[in-house]
Amino acid sequence: MPFIANSDADREAMLAAIGVKSVEELFEDIPSAKRFPELGLPQGLSELEVLREIESLAAKNVSANTCAWFLGAGAYNHFIPSVVPALAMRGEFLSAYTPYQPEVSQGTLQAIFEYQSMAAKLFGMDTVNASHYDGATALAEAVLMAHASASSRTRIMIPAALHPEYKDVLRLYLSAYSVEIEEYRGDPMSAATGLDAGTCCLVASYPDFEGRVHDLAGVADAVHAAGALFIVHADPVMLGLFKSPGEMGADLVTAEGQSLGNAMSYGGPFLGMMGATQKLVRKMPGRIVGQAFDHEGRRGFVLTLSAREQHIRREKAVSNICSNQGLVMLMTTIHLEALGKQGLKAVAQLCWNKSHYAAGLIGKIPGFSVGTDTFFKEFVVKTPRPAAEISRKLIGRGVVPGLPLSRYYPERTHELLICVTEMNTKTQIDLLASSLAEVTR
Amino acid sequence: MNIDKNAHYNASHEWARKDGTEIVTGISDHAQHSLGDIVFVELPEVGKVLKKGETFGVVESVKAASDLYMPMGGTVTAVNEALSGDPALVNREPFSGGWMIKYTASSPAEWDGLLSPESYQAEAAKE
Repeated sequence: MPFIANSDADREAMLAAIGVKSVEELFEDIPSAKRFPELGLPQGLSELEVLREIESLAAKNVSANTCAWFLGAGAYNHFIPSVVPALAMRGEFLSAYTPYQPEVSQGTLQAIFEYQSMAAKLFGMDTVNASHYDGATALAEAVLMAHASASSRTRIMIPAALHPEYKDVLRLYLSAYSVEIEEYRGDPMSAATGLDAGTCCLVASYPDFEGRVHDLAGVADAVHAAGALFIVHADPVMLGLFKSPGEMGADLVTAEGQSLGNAMSYGGPFLGMMGATQKLVRKMPGRIVGQAFDHEGRRGFVLTLSAREQHIRREKAVSNICSNQGLVMLMTTIHLEALGKQGLKAVAQLCWNKSHYAAGLIGKIPGFSVGTDTFFKEFVVKTPRPAAEISRKLIGRGVVPGLPLSRYYPERTHELLICVTEMNTKTQIDLLASSLAEVTR
Repeated sequence: MNIDKNAHYNASHEWARKDGTEIVTGISDHAQHSLGDIVFVELPEVGKVLKKGETFGVVESVKAASDLYMPMGGTVTAVNEALSGDPALVNREPFSGGWMIKYTASSPAEWDGLLSPESYQAEAAKE
């Protein structure tokens, strides 16, 4: 089948209609010397030669598997069981397009329903939608949804220690709305006590960008007392071990689902997860798949509550998202099903144990100190020499020690954000500590 | 199409009827028929102050979602709680059991600016 269905006769007719003799004439505004430049490409190569060349280029990349990897800051190195790609890559599933037509897509729709069900349990929420592009856009959509629920309230409270790139996305999404984004420092509880009637929502990051896990007990009550909504952006792996945001009264929960079965892949494609209470479901963006029964009582799955969405509500819809992150969501579904509740808890426990072991070692190195003790898998250490310099030296030794905070905060030159997951062996953690000691001696 | 002779109407198909000192509002029989099976009605909180023409809620049917507009301005004193469990009441009894909100009118004179049953019927028949 031709990709462009126009025939020569169609093209002639279109050219005649606009009074142009040839397609080339349409490009006359481009200087002729620039129109068909010599590209100077080398001769064609055989498949074998191309593979050799590309593989030699690829071999220059450092991957998390070929070094001791302690970098997190939004993309996390977790184990992906082989069953995840093996099933997700099957022809029945592998598509850039998410087919929603129930007559032909029961497999896809059932997978989405299972994803929603498991994510809802993990978040402690009534409903989860079929997903968003990534954690940052999911959070931005949650804030838009809160705004749509109470449009006269225009203040949005976000933590100063929210991921800086999430803040950028949030500002972009809200740039066309008359709202003020206010950053609060410290714990969400103190921010929640000072809210007034102009506040639309309070966002808590659980944990925050610097790894701190704030106690969220009582925050929801304080936020609700001011008539605002409480949004929690969570690390979904941490929720295997910690109390869910739903249990703590959150109205909306968002998360980055990459760490559940998806590779870091240079930063994407990722998975935006979003859950809401039953009360808010009619304002929720995105697709939602529901369980239904046909006239013979057989179970099936269909899109539901569609009247929320753009194709029906037009410009009055809360969001214009009308697809989901199908394949990445599928990987997460299979991952959660492979791990189960106990498996996810074990992963979370390993992250906790290993990161606290690492923090214990690093805190003892002269000149180093760990910023907090309430963290899950990521923590900031103060360094005796510039963190960027330490990082460069360690990368030369096959250890990627984490993120120098100066990348986002130029003035914070002596701080390193270190992430330890179940993937890091004791040998690697010991190597990290001894290397940090050696390069700063 | 059925019509309530005691009510006045918005061109956008909401009706208003005097009920003692208050105004009751819902959507017309013509409107419920065009919308089809109604599955959800979103209503405002009691105490909310709304101007004439402002959105007071949303009605969702299996094929559309439509905003609901105040025929007259006022302060909401009651909403029809029965609609949360049985939204199809709007289909069955648009002028009685399917009422949506009650409110005290802020400018009672707005009543006279609404369409009479006859004019509304003529307008709706054109659609």
